[in-house]
Amino acid sequence: MPGMSGRFSTVIKAKINKLLDKAEDPGETLEYSYQRQIELLQNVKKGIADVVTSKKRLQLQSEKLEQQVVKLDTQARQALSAGNEELARAALERKQLAQTELQSLDTQISQLEGQQEQLTENEKRLRAKIDQFRTKKEVIKAQYSAAEAQVKISEAATGVGEEMADVGLAMQRAVDKTENMRARASAVEELEKAGTFDDLTTLGDGNDDIDRQLAELTSKSGVDSDMAKLKAELGQGEAPAELAPGSPAAADPSQSAPSAPAAEQQ
Amino acid sequence: MIVRISGEGQYHLADDDVSRVQELDRQAIAAVNASEHDRFHELFDEMIALVRDRGERLGDDELVGSDVILPPPDTTVAEAEAEFSGEGLIPG
Repeated sequence: MPGMSGRFSTVIKAKINKLLDKAEDPGETLEYSYQRQIELLQNVKKGIADVVTSKKRLQLQSEKLEQQVVKLDTQARQALSAGNEELARAALERKQLAQTELQSLDTQISQLEGQQEQLTENEKRLRAKIDQFRTKKEVIKAQYSAAEAQVKISEAATGVGEEMADVGLAMQRAVDKTENMRARASAVEELEKAGTFDDLTTLGDGNDDIDRQLAELTSKSGVDSDMAKLKAELGQGEAPAELAPGSPAAADPSQSAPSAPAAEQQ
Repeated sequence: MIVRISGEGQYHLADDDVSRVQELDRQAIAAVNASEHDRFHELFDEMIALVRDRGERLGDDELVGSDVILPPPDTTVAEAEAEFSGEGLIPG
């Protein structure tokens, strides 16, 4: 049909008519159709709940990462004030990584938030549509029982049929959209489960290598200062720099504080 | 004439306005075919607004078939393209 191709309304009308043809007797299928709509609306609601769950999980992950960033920053400071620049650098590198991850996570979260809003808006519209349909359904049922209005019935049946087809179309779109967004939300979760974020947050339990090295550093400097005190008491010179060559502290100039030349620090 | 905005409801619309809607409709589809996405949204939004502003909403208890049925107001370009490439253009 040549005249058809140019207009949107023609295509949509044809689509609605096609759906309408399938319903043999709108009167009979009214209740079934209505029940089906309610079911589909539940599906849309469930889709929203799923997106919300995904979002919450990612938010939790984001909080953990934030804590991790703070912790790594503190550790870098501790390491640097203990004189271990290398360890401080390692902590800062990890902090950078965690921050990058945090940013991408926050982007995902705000995307999910947008999806959630869209779905909720959809659900609201759909519910209004179903309510409208319920009214029409009651009208046509009342008219059927008043058997004298025969002519009016067939006209009304067309109207209700169209209404049914339209609500069906709206449903189909809402369900498609929900499925789409649910799939996207679960894809984000899969990514998260694949461990991209885990590696960074599991470090936070106080037992990772930076924790360990910092603990060693603290105990070592404790030993160093005790040793210095002891030496001073026994009159063996005033500086811990006098440690025997080959001792672990002497091997690392940055550890052997006061008398080490300033050049070593640069 | 009776115009339905799919997913929204039905409106009484004067014949002149219906002609204008159909003209906008034609242009919107031309825009889709020319991949002019912004232009499509412009025309489509104008079309929907025209029906809403100039039309008179039918009550929920009025049961009549429509003369013209427009797509849902939030129709995307992708959806419009799909209608006109794939299973759209239903013969008859």
